[in-house]
Amino acid sequence: MTDSKYFTTTKKGEIFELKGELNSDKKEKKKEAVKKVIASMTVGKDVSALFPDVVNCMQTDNLELKKLVYLYLMNYAKSQPDMAIMAVNTFVKDCEDTNPLIRALAVRTMGCIRVDKITEYLCEPLRKCLKDEDPYVRKTAAVCVAKLHDINAQLVEDQGFLDQLRELLSDSNPMVVANAVAALSEISDTSPSPAAQMEMNQQTINKLLAALNECTEWGQIFILDALSNYVPKDDREAQSICERVTPRLAHSNAGVVLSAVKVLMKGMEYVGMETEFVTTLQKKLAPPLVTLLSSEPEVQYVALRNINLIVQKRPDILKHEMKVFFVKYNDPIYVKLENWTSYPSATQENIAQVLAELKEYATEVDVDFVRKSVRAIGRCAIKVEQAAERCVSTLLDLIQTKVNYVVQEAIVVIKDIFRKYPNKYESIISTLCENLESLDEPDARASMIWIVGEYAERIDNADELLESFLEGFHDESTQVQLQLLTAIVKLFLKKPTETQELVQQVLSLATQDSDNPDLRDRGYIYWRLLSTDPAAAKEVVLAEKPLISSETDRLEPTLLDELICYIASLASVYHKPPSAFVEGQALVVRRTQLPVRSASGEPGATGATESPVPQQAQPVQQQQSVIPSHDTAMGDLLGDLLSMDLNPQPQQQMSMTPAPQQDMGGMDLLGGGLDSLLGGPSPVAGMPASQASMGGGLGDILGLGISSTTYVPPKQVWLPAPKAKGLEVSGTFSIRQNVRYMDLTLKNNAMAPMGDFAIQFNKNSFGLSPASALQVPSPLSPGQTADVTLPLGTNGPVQKMDPLMNLQVAMKNNIDVFYFSCLIPIHLLFTEDGQMDRKVFLATWKDIPDSNEVQKEIANPNQLDPKGISDKLQQSFIFTIAQRNVDGRDMLYQSLKLTNGIWVLAELKIQPRSPTMTLSLKTRALDVIPQVQQAYELIIANM
Amino acid sequence: MIGGLFIYNHKGEVLISRVYRDDIGRNAVDAFRVNVIHARQQVRSPVTNIARTSFFHIKRSNIWLACVTKQNVNAGLVFEFLNKMVEVMQSYFGKISEDNIKNNFVLIYELLDEILDFGYPQNADTSILKTFITQTGIKAQVTKEEQSQITSQVTGQISWRREGIKYRRNELFLDVLENVNLLMSPQGQVLSAHVAGRIVMKSYLSGMPECKFGINDKLVLDKSGRSDDPSKVSATGKSSIAIDDCTFHQCVRLSKFETEHSISFIPPDGEYELMRYRTTKDISLPFRVIPLVREVGRTKMEVKVVIKSNFKPSLLAQKIEVRIPTPLNTSGVQVICMKGKAKYKASENAIVWKLKRMGGMKESQISAEIELLPSDKKKWSRPPISMNFEVPFAPSGLKVRYLKVFEPKLNYSDHDVIKWVRYIGRSGLYETRC
Repeated sequence: MTDSKYFTTTKKGEIFELKGELNSDKKEKKKEAVKKVIASMTVGKDVSALFPDVVNCMQTDNLELKKLVYLYLMNYAKSQPDMAIMAVNTFVKDCEDTNPLIRALAVRTMGCIRVDKITEYLCEPLRKCLKDEDPYVRKTAAVCVAKLHDINAQLVEDQGFLDQLRELLSDSNPMVVANAVAALSEISDTSPSPAAQMEMNQQTINKLLAALNECTEWGQIFILDALSNYVPKDDREAQSICERVTPRLAHSNAGVVLSAVKVLMKGMEYVGMETEFVTTLQKKLAPPLVTLLSSEPEVQYVALRNINLIVQKRPDILKHEMKVFFVKYNDPIYVKLENWTSYPSATQENIAQVLAELKEYATEVDVDFVRKSVRAIGRCAIKVEQAAERCVSTLLDLIQTKVNYVVQEAIVVIKDIFRKYPNKYESIISTLCENLESLDEPDARASMIWIVGEYAERIDNADELLESFLEGFHDESTQVQLQLLTAIVKLFLKKPTETQELVQQVLSLATQDSDNPDLRDRGYIYWRLLSTDPAAAKEVVLAEKPLISSETDRLEPTLLDELICYIASLASVYHKPPSAFVEGQALVVRRTQLPVRSASGEPGATGATESPVPQQAQPVQQQQSVIPSHDTAMGDLLGDLLSMDLNPQPQQQMSMTPAPQQDMGGMDLLGGGLDSLLGGPSPVAGMPASQASMGGGLGDILGLGISSTTYVPPKQVWLPAPKAKGLEVSGTFSIRQNVRYMDLTLKNNAMAPMGDFAIQFNKNSFGLSPASALQVPSPLSPGQTADVTLPLGTNGPVQKMDPLMNLQVAMKNNIDVFYFSCLIPIHLLFTEDGQMDRKVFLATWKDIPDSNEVQKEIANPNQLDPKGISDKLQQSFIFTIAQRNVDGRDMLYQSLKLTNGIWVLAELKIQPRSPTMTLSLKTRALDVIPQVQQAYELIIANM
Repeated sequence: MIGGLFIYNHKGEVLISRVYRDDIGRNAVDAFRVNVIHARQQVRSPVTNIARTSFFHIKRSNIWLACVTKQNVNAGLVFEFLNKMVEVMQSYFGKISEDNIKNNFVLIYELLDEILDFGYPQNADTSILKTFITQTGIKAQVTKEEQSQITSQVTGQISWRREGIKYRRNELFLDVLENVNLLMSPQGQVLSAHVAGRIVMKSYLSGMPECKFGINDKLVLDKSGRSDDPSKVSATGKSSIAIDDCTFHQCVRLSKFETEHSISFIPPDGEYELMRYRTTKDISLPFRVIPLVREVGRTKMEVKVVIKSNFKPSLLAQKIEVRIPTPLNTSGVQVICMKGKAKYKASENAIVWKLKRMGGMKESQISAEIELLPSDKKKWSRPPISMNFEVPFAPSGLKVRYLKVFEPKLNYSDHDVIKWVRYIGRSGLYETRC
C-alpha cells in the first residue's frame, strides 16, 4: 500500500545498492528494487546505469514486475540501444504467449522502443498479432502500426502493414476498427506518400458508421474525426451521413459531441444551401452546444471557443440562446472572457437585456473582463442604431464611476461611436474632456486627441487642450504623437488664425526633433501640403471618413472555413490553422476545404480582420484607387501618399529610399525623394524587387516605373499578302505608359509602292477604337516594311462580338480596302485602377453567387513563387489584394477591372514546387472568364 | 494524439510522468512547471502553448494533471480523458491527493499503460479495468477462460458490464438528482434559470438484463415528435415536461433513442449515471429571495432579505443556507432573524444564515446592519446573494414513468425486481442580484 516510500530514497550510493537488490534471488526484493528504480526515474534521476540489471529481471512470470521493467525499457532503450537488443528475445517469446494480455503487452511495448535494430525484429510478431484470434491483441497491434510508422515509415509501407491495417477496418470487433481508423488517419496525416493516404469510399464509410454505434466513446471520436475528412459524392450521401451521426449529439462525452458537430457542420456545406434539412439540423445542433456549457470549466472553454466559430459561420444556430452566455459570478476567468467573444450578436429585440447585463459586468473586478464588457457596449451601439443612445448614456454612467481603466476603455469606444454617428452625440464631449488628465494609456490618449481634433471647432479650448499634450511630446508613444500631429493640423485648418504657432511647433517637433521615420514623414507631408496648397490640405485632412464595421472580432472567411474543418481540435481552440503551431504540418496538405464558400454570415458584414482604425482622416479606399500617373498633380499624389499612414509597413520602406540624402535638409528631402521616385525608371529600377511588391500604396507608385512592361504577345500575321494584293499586316497589342496601342508591321510584297493608309474598326465588345489616324511613312516601297503604332481608345461603339474578343478591322490603302479580324488579348483591357479595397473585395466576393465561380488548373511552368507571380501580374494590372498561407499553400487574392467596368475577382492557390496552380475566378460577367484564364496563363508563362 | 501525461503536486514536483511520443522531451515536464504552475499570474486558459508544445491541464484539489502534445489533437477528447482519468483513479484509491498518488504510483503507471496507447485513449471503464488491474497487483494466475473473458470485455460491444453477475435479490435504485440554477435581478425578474438533472442508477441485477426506461418527456410521450406545436402542449398539460437536451451513458442505444425516442440499455453493474438532462421551461423555483440593500451614508449599510418558499405545504425543504455578501471594509455586523441562525463570517466576507428546514408556502426574513470602515477604495462590486437548499421533488417536474427489466436467459421477470425511486432537488447556482 505504501509505495510512497520509494520516493524517499535519497541516500548516496543508492545506485550501487539498487544494483545489488536487482540481482537478488528473492522475487519480492527484486520487485521492490524495480519499483525504487521507477520512482527515481519519475522524479528525474538518471538510473540508466542500471540498464543490464533491470533487463535481467524481464524474464519473469510476474506480470506486474514485467510491466515495470517494460516501463523502464521504454524510457532508456534509446540511450542504450546495444543493450536493448538483449530484450528482444523476451519480446519475441512473449508475442507467442498463450495469454493474450501478455501478447498484447509485448507488442505494445516493443512498438515504443525506438531502436532501429529492434524494429527489424518487430515486423514478424506484429504481422502475426494483426491477425491474432483475440481482438484485444488486434486492437493493440493496430496502434502499433502507427508507432512503427512514426519510427520508420518506409518499413511500414514496404512490409504491407498498411494493407493489413485497411483490412482491419472490416473487423468484427468495433474497438479494433476504431483503433485501425485512428492509426490510418495518423499515418495519412503525417506521411507525404500517396500510398499511405487513407482512401475512403462509400463502403468504408458504411463500415465506420456501423462501428460508430458499438464502440467505446474514444473509438467514436476517432471514427467521427476520420469521417469529417470524407468528401461525400453527392448531397444525398452527405445527408445520410449527417442523419446517422446526429444521434451522437446526445452522448455524454463532450469529445464525441464536438466531433459529431464537426461532421455535421461540414456535412451541411455539402448538402447545399438553405434546404429544410439544413434548417432542422441547425435546430438540432443548438441544445447539445448549450449543454456543453454546463460541463467542467475546461470542457466549457473548449466548447465556447468552438461555439465562437460556429456562430460566425451559422449565426442562426444560437440566436435564441442568448441567456446561456450570461456570465456566472463564479466562473473561472477564462470562461468569463470566452463567454464574451462568443456572445451572439445583439439585436434590436434583446438589446435592453444585453445592455443591462453588460453594465453589470462592467462593475466586476477583473480588469480584462471589465474592459471587454465596455468594449462590447460600444459594439452594441455601432451595431444597433436604435440602441446607440442608451449605450452612450450607459458609457457616460461608467465614466462617472471614475474607475481609471473603465474610463479609458469607454473613451476608446466612444471615439468609434462618434465615427459611426457623426454629429449626434457631441454634447458629451465636455464630460469627456473632464477626464483628460486621468488618461495614461496610449490608446485612450490617442482616442481623446482624435476626438478633440475632429471636433476642434466645437471645443472652445481645443488649442489649450492640445497644447497641454504637446508639452510632453517626446515622452508619448508613437501612436499618440501621430494622432497629436494630425489633430493639430486639423485644428489649424479649422481655426487658422489662432493656432499658427501651435502647428508650427508640432511640425518642427515632428520633423526635426523626432527620430521616428513615420512621424517625421507625416510631419513633412503635412508641412509641404500646408505650404503649397491649403485648400488641398483641407480636402485631404478633413476628408470624409469611411464607415466602420461593427464586426471587429470576426475571422477572415477563408480562415473561418478552414477552422470549421478543425472543430474540436486544438486549432479551433487557438483559432489558428494547425500549420501555425504544429511542426512539419506544412508538408502535408489535408483536405480541409469546405466545398462551397457559402455566403452565410449576415448580409453586409464584411468579415474583415482589421479593426476599424478611425484615427486617420483619409479614406482607405483612396489608397488603392488613386494611381498616380506621370502627369498627376503633385497635390493628388501627396494625398495618396498621406493615406499610406494607415499602412506603416510600406511607409517605412518609403522612408528608406531618401535616407541617404538626408543631409539635403528638410524640405528638399521630401521633394528630392519623391521626385526621384517619380522621375523615371532609374531610381526605381535600383530598388530591390522585393520592395516593389510590398503592396499598398508604395507598390503602386513604384509600379509606375515599370508599367510599360506589360506582357506583349508576339506579332501574328493578321492579313497575309496574297489576300491583300501584296500587303502583309502583322500585329499585336500592348500597353505603354497606360496607353493601349496596336503595334502593326506593314510589309509591301507587291511590285508597286503603297500609300494613303487608313484604318477603321468595326463595333466590338469593348468599344476599342483608333485614337488617332494611322501614321505610315508613305510611300511604302516594294519590299519595304514599316512598323507603326496606333494608340487606341476605349470609348468607341460597343457591340457584343462572337467570339467575344474578336475585333474586325478595315485597312485602306491606295490600292484597295482590306478586311481582317484579330483577337484582342483581354489583358489589354485591364485597367490600372483595378485594385479593389480589401474590404470591398471581401464583400464583393461574398456577394457574387457561387455559381459564378469558375475554377481552373493553370500551368506555372517556371514554378514562380507567389511574390514573383504577384509582381508579374501586377505589371499587367492584375492586383494582389491579400496573400495568405494555408497549410503550405499560398493563396493570392486578386482583382482586376476591365475598361467597361467589369470586375473580376480571383483566388490563386499556389503550391510550392508544383508546376500547376489553381485559379478560381468570380465575376458577374461569366463571358470573360475563359479569356481571363487565358490571360493568366499567358502572362505567367511568358514573362 | 496525446504525447505525454504528467501529474504534479502543488509545488510543481512531478509525481507521475509518462511519455507516449518521441516528440515530447523531458524538458516538457519543466516547461509546464515553470510557465503554468509557477507562473506569476493566474492562468488564463486551460490550454497553454509553450514553444509549439500544447499543454492541457486540469486541477483537482491541489494536484495538477497535464496532457502534453505537439499535434493538432482533439481538445474535447483530451479534457474528457483527463476527467475520466481522475474518475478512474478515484474509484481505485479515493481522493486525489499527493499521498494517494505516491502510494499508488505503480498502479497509476499500469493504468496509464492500459488506457492510453500511443496517446490514444482505450477502454477506461473502471469495472472492466478492475477485473485485471488491481491494487494489490495483477491477479497472479488466471485461467484461460478468464483471460479470454477479460479481453473480450475490454474490446467488447458491452464493454461496461461483465458476464456472469449473480444476485439473490434483484434490486435497483433510481435517483433523480436535480440542480436548479437561477439568476434573478433585484426586481425579481428571472434573468436565467435552468435545471441540470442527472438520473443516477444503482443496479444489482443478475445476468445481462435489458432495460427500458420511461419519463414524462414531451418528446417521448407524443411519439409524433413535434414538441414546438403549441396545441400539443395544452393537450398534455402539466403532466409532461420539455427537455431541452439530454445526454446518455454510453450503454444507452443512441440510434434507438433518435428514431423511437425510447431509452433502452443494458446497465453497468453498480452505480452509474444513466442520463443527464437540461430544462429551461416551466421550472418551479422552490425559493424566492427578495433583497433590500440601503447604503446609509459612507459608513453604514442596511440589508433586509426575505425568502419565500414556493412549493406544496406538505413538503419540507432542508439544509437551507442564505449567503449575503458584505463589503470588504466591513467592521461590524448586527443581525436579527426570527428563524434559524445567522452569523457574520469575516473571513468569507458574508453573512451566512442557516435554517434547518422550512415548509412549503412560508416566508422568513433577516435584517442586518453593517458598519463600514471609511475607505476611499473603488466601489464595492456587490456580488449576488446566493442560496443553498435541498427539496424532495424535482423542480423541472420530471417524473419516472417506468423502468422495465427483461432478462430472457435467467428466470426472473420484471415483477421480481425491487425498484426504488427518489427525487432530490438541490440548489445549483441560485443567485439573486442585490
